[in-house]
Amino acid sequence: MPELKTLELDKDGHLANLDDWSPELAQDLSTQEGVGELNDRHWVVINYIRDQFMEKGDAPSIRKLTKQSGVSTKELYQLFPKGPAKKAAKIAGLPKPKGCI
Amino acid sequence: MKQLLILGAGTAGTMMLNKLSKTLSPKEWQLTIVDKHETHYYQPGFLFIPFGIYSKEDVIKPKNKFFPKNSNVIFSDIDQIKPDENTVLLSNGKILKYDLLIIATGTEIRPDEIEGMDGPLWHKSIFDFYTIEGALALADFLETWEGGKLVLNIAEMPIKCPVAPLEFIFLADDYFRKKGMRDKVDLTLATPLDGAFTKPIASQELGGFVKEKGINLVTEFNIGRVDNKEKKIVSWDEREVEFDLLVSIPTNMGIKAIERSGMGDELNFIPTDKHTLQSENWENIFVIGDATDIPASKAGSVAHFASEILFENILSYIKEEPLTASFDGHANCFIESGDGKGLLIDFNYDTEPLPGKFPIPGIGPFSLLKESKMNHFGKLGFKWIYWNMLIKGKELPMEPQMSMKGKYIPESQEKELQDVE
Repeated sequence: MPELKTLELDKDGHLANLDDWSPELAQDLSTQEGVGELNDRHWVVINYIRDQFMEKGDAPSIRKLTKQSGVSTKELYQLFPKGPAKKAAKIAGLPKPKGCI
Repeated sequence: MKQLLILGAGTAGTMMLNKLSKTLSPKEWQLTIVDKHETHYYQPGFLFIPFGIYSKEDVIKPKNKFFPKNSNVIFSDIDQIKPDENTVLLSNGKILKYDLLIIATGTEIRPDEIEGMDGPLWHKSIFDFYTIEGALALADFLETWEGGKLVLNIAEMPIKCPVAPLEFIFLADDYFRKKGMRDKVDLTLATPLDGAFTKPIASQELGGFVKEKGINLVTEFNIGRVDNKEKKIVSWDEREVEFDLLVSIPTNMGIKAIERSGMGDELNFIPTDKHTLQSENWENIFVIGDATDIPASKAGSVAHFASEILFENILSYIKEEPLTASFDGHANCFIESGDGKGLLIDFNYDTEPLPGKFPIPGIGPFSLLKESKMNHFGKLGFKWIYWNMLIKGKELPMEPQMSMKGKYIPESQEKELQDVE
């Protein structure tokens, strides 16, 4: 597995290449982001947003995520403190969510 | 006789009815339009009501005035659409069958989506200005307000008219200044965005105004609840902003009938092809205006440009030809910046608002992304155009597609944009 610090990042500090990501790397990214040890609930979120990204080309909104993944907004902020949409995307190896118009 | 049914007689629905009734043969097609209100609201005017610039009379007219003669008009709420059966159930018990359906049911504010928002302070110290009731109540409140902390909060994106919150706070700055009480008012904009606006170049320019006018900017603020007792809004990450007056842009959602019909996304917006405006799931359903999920601004100008594309595509669909007209997401918005001045932005799916000149034949160029008195008059003049031309479906001297004519990319941004590519 490549070292985190040798990987290419985009201008927002997210992984530049989707293929560089692996579950092991997610743990490294999580530690770097101050989120700590990833548990089952973190993985529900990470897997969901990765699936959505592969399908739609962008990470889902928090509203969609909480409606469809079974993780409430409150829990989401506990899992990924301070900006779950961005943090979860970063750990999931995805670009910063485009957000809205 | 075939049935063409339009749900919603706001800006988009009324324009479509006017365009189609002129073209489709009344022997072949019966056109029907449904809306719950008999009053048409000039929604861009709501912004001016709290500051006493417009009154209620400026923004309301009977809907009937804008329908072609002999239109089949039904005033009723919609209960449910049954897209697999080509029928619509109305709340008045009627069942309408259609061959072709245009959904133009718009968006509505949902204060009930935020804990405590529609509590005891709603329309007492917490106001919206996206409804006529909210705008009028806020006008009454401001008339006698002696000052304090005014907080403007955007709950979540997307919202109708994304520039309106900024315009509100610029106009508020001007209003309190002219009343000689600006020093008694603390203005704060608390937004879920990471800057003053969604698009980078415009965000930078508008962020400059925010700073110049002494407005506090709280970014990435995702509201979790309103504390009615302590008069503060609290974000999901437990940041707090105190208020004496909260002006809220609550969550915007498509109407509940869309949810009941199982046709919407998590915000009840309908999945729609962003170029053809055909529903993603049913080929005899088209969607226009705020009701769609297309990644364009929810604004009257977008509905207007989209209406020209949709008109073409409906005619193609009826002739069983391919849908060749393609919407580019074009939006064109005047932004009030206070003190009798304004800005203009013009953009689409691919091009963000850029500075430059915006030519309108016969009227002259407006400056883009730059303050001018001309832009302010453009905004005020638009009311006349809206009532007399736009919703009647008349031609305006503007192409539906955005043009790069007169626009330029600022040097500081040019490099960054190239880097991205």
